[in-house]
Amino acid sequence: MRNFSFAKLWSGAWPAVASVFLALVVAGLVMVVTGSDPIKAYTSLIEGAFLRPGTDTRPTAFLDTLVSATPYLILALGISLAFTAGLFNIGAEGQLYMGALASVMVGFLVKGLPPIIHLPLSLLAGAVMGALWAGIAGWLKATRGAPEVVTTIMLNYISYSVVNFMVNGPLRHTGTAPRTPDIEPSAVLPNMLPSPERLHWGFVIALLCAVAYYFLVYRSPLGLRIRLVGANKEAARYAGIQVNRTYLITMLISGGLCGLAGGVEILSLYRFMPSEFTTGYGFDSIAVALLGQGNPIGILLAAILFGALANGAGYMQFSSGVSNYIISVLQAFIIVFVAAPGIVRDLFGWIRIKRVAPALPAQGGTK
Amino acid sequence: MRGITKRFPGVLANDNINLDLNKGEIHALLGENGAGKSTLMNILYGLYQPDAGEIFLNGKAVKIHGPRDAIAQGIGMVHQHFMLVPTLTVAENITLGMEEQKGVLLDVERPSAKIKEIAKKYGLEIDPGAYIKDLPVGLQQRVEIVKTLYRDAQVLVLDEPTAVLTPQEVEGLFATLRTLVAQGVSIIFISHKLKEVKAIANRITVLRQGRVVGWTTPAEADEAKLASMMVGRPVLLKVDKTPAKPGGETLSIKSLKVMSDRKSVAVDGVSFAVRAGEIVGIAGVEGNGQTELVEAITGLRAQTEGAIVMESHDLPRESPRAGIAAGMSHIPENRHKFGMVSSYPLTTNLVLSTFDRAPFTKNGLLNDAEIEKNARTLIKEFDVRTPNEFVPIGKLSGGNQQKAVVAREFSRPMKLLVASQPTRGVDVGSIEFIHKRIVEARDKGAAVLLISAELDEIMSLSDRILVMFKGKIVGERETAKTTREDVGLLMMGKV
Repeated sequence: MRNFSFAKLWSGAWPAVASVFLALVVAGLVMVVTGSDPIKAYTSLIEGAFLRPGTDTRPTAFLDTLVSATPYLILALGISLAFTAGLFNIGAEGQLYMGALASVMVGFLVKGLPPIIHLPLSLLAGAVMGALWAGIAGWLKATRGAPEVVTTIMLNYISYSVVNFMVNGPLRHTGTAPRTPDIEPSAVLPNMLPSPERLHWGFVIALLCAVAYYFLVYRSPLGLRIRLVGANKEAARYAGIQVNRTYLITMLISGGLCGLAGGVEILSLYRFMPSEFTTGYGFDSIAVALLGQGNPIGILLAAILFGALANGAGYMQFSSGVSNYIISVLQAFIIVFVAAPGIVRDLFGWIRIKRVAPALPAQGGTK
Repeated sequence: MRGITKRFPGVLANDNINLDLNKGEIHALLGENGAGKSTLMNILYGLYQPDAGEIFLNGKAVKIHGPRDAIAQGIGMVHQHFMLVPTLTVAENITLGMEEQKGVLLDVERPSAKIKEIAKKYGLEIDPGAYIKDLPVGLQQRVEIVKTLYRDAQVLVLDEPTAVLTPQEVEGLFATLRTLVAQGVSIIFISHKLKEVKAIANRITVLRQGRVVGWTTPAEADEAKLASMMVGRPVLLKVDKTPAKPGGETLSIKSLKVMSDRKSVAVDGVSFAVRAGEIVGIAGVEGNGQTELVEAITGLRAQTEGAIVMESHDLPRESPRAGIAAGMSHIPENRHKFGMVSSYPLTTNLVLSTFDRAPFTKNGLLNDAEIEKNARTLIKEFDVRTPNEFVPIGKLSGGNQQKAVVAREFSRPMKLLVASQPTRGVDVGSIEFIHKRIVEARDKGAAVLLISAELDEIMSLSDRILVMFKGKIVGERETAKTTREDVGLLMMGKV
């Protein structure tokens, strides 16, 4: 990070900050129009997401926000990596599904291993499965030029069916509800704090992923290859970079992260695979990745924001009477403003914007 | 324009500039890249507001707030990069933004009739129904000119209009401009090409570093004088070089066949060799297969038949990587597409093909200190004018971008240099510099393959000339034993 300055940092971050701010304003207007009190709603949202202390039966709000942020963070890192190469991985949800399934399978089928081996093995299975699943799209892109936008969406549908079939069929637990058996205790990703806190070691894994992302993308030659392919693939080819190979590698890593997210989620919170494992995390995380602007710290903050929205929504509805659907409205407006930086720029026209060399972040995000 | 001053952060782009344009004249604005020509014209066109100074039109002071304003006042501009929609027709492009309606439908006939009328009046033959994407560059430019006339432009600004044209198209453009002037249109002709300015202008204003350094006319100044006014010092228009001392064959091309993007045969069974220590120039009118030939040699395009051999090793098809590994350097014809990543800083662009090797990668991580040191060294050695090494390369002037590309390609061990249009869109000072470097590379034993649409460049640099016509090599000449006319005839396919 050469020439570091807060001015530069701000110039990279301000569109995201402004987008969130505008979305809060617009969603507030929606509440006013529909006869609710936005101040009260936001106050209770913040309270529910960050401020409420824990009790004997209820986890601390902020720590639970981190629990919700965990899958967002890992998935958004994966999606963001694809953006960096100019690829749009819409298949994060499917990769998460397949990763979760693989982790659970290793978690309950393999028996008699110590946790120190069994847990990493289960997580690894999730990552490998996610990588292979995304790798199909990457391979089709690299060898046949098939647009990854289409193939990853298709693979999403296939993954839902695969999981459904496995959970209702070969892997079905002998019980009334269609689900897999519980994983072995040795494969459980444990909590960091005693109950009722739910914060688990997955959050630390997610943070490690963010650090690894920084080193991979901004410090390693592979990362520079990925960035150059995303910035100008013809120039990358000219410079001797194997573009198709880079696409494939990028999709493998991107899918690996998404699969890992599935493993982390399932081995910590669920500990079995239900048949209706609809998370939506994979799609929301596209917004998280966009909001994070390709910067791991930005992605971390965006993930915490989305975690907070998810976590605070219930309390907001309970204490202010505003439907928690307003959270979806809010998220949607964030996406609109992030995806259309022109709107934000016009609205904040009076702020002098100096475009700074995107040597570091802000590369992939807007593609 | 009186006393125009425009300041950008850190640069005084225009410093108290005065410019007069008489009715019915072609006034050339001559200057190197970055001299302030484009800024001045963007002020005239309302894209920038001057910090000081005034613009008078027919004796009246006017304020121009934007392009729409400029058009309303009768000022038209043809940008270097055309502002046309390829998938629309000529008529649709011309009327874009001022479409006429017939009821609720678009009126197609009236604009077409008006276009035909303009075409007739000014001798600008054009088919209003043709699609832009099907037109050659010369005709696309004509569409741009008609577009301004359709909006009743009386003052026409042409920004580097010949940069994209072949010699024949330039002749066509000049004929058009003379007709326009005869009809009372006034033209500002922005260029850095001395020959053209001398050929077309009535008067010449020379800009250097944001200031007017002189006025002259083609009758008063010869090319050497114009060049020294422009650059601020005497410039060598001729290349100094000793006779070549060729060694063994470095590159040999064997019955190469390459397809174009449109799947037609672009290179049709071409064979030749380039020896170490010689410069082989490929002359030819653009579009005769040179681009495809270069792309095949450098691995950017797969050949359908034939072999590319470097020092007796066959290069694999379509692998720029293999070429680089074999010691090939390539100054690409299309700098923006291939040569650089505009949004990335000079530091990265100067190690574009070497960043994953030592010393730029150490212990698996990029070594910023070495990458930056490399950039500083090359910037100094190749005289790249930039505030610092972290500036995105896209922000530099064309000449400096090209010098950076040349610097990068010369920074690797080089056995073969493929230089394609190495000085296109580059100012006089930089041309001199790049030419000198190419000759130096030859003298150090590199084989050089030079492809250029500028016959002058081929004649002054090459030791041996091959002429390409319709995908074939139609002739070979020793430079010392031939003339411009001789090569010119070959270029037209007259063997």
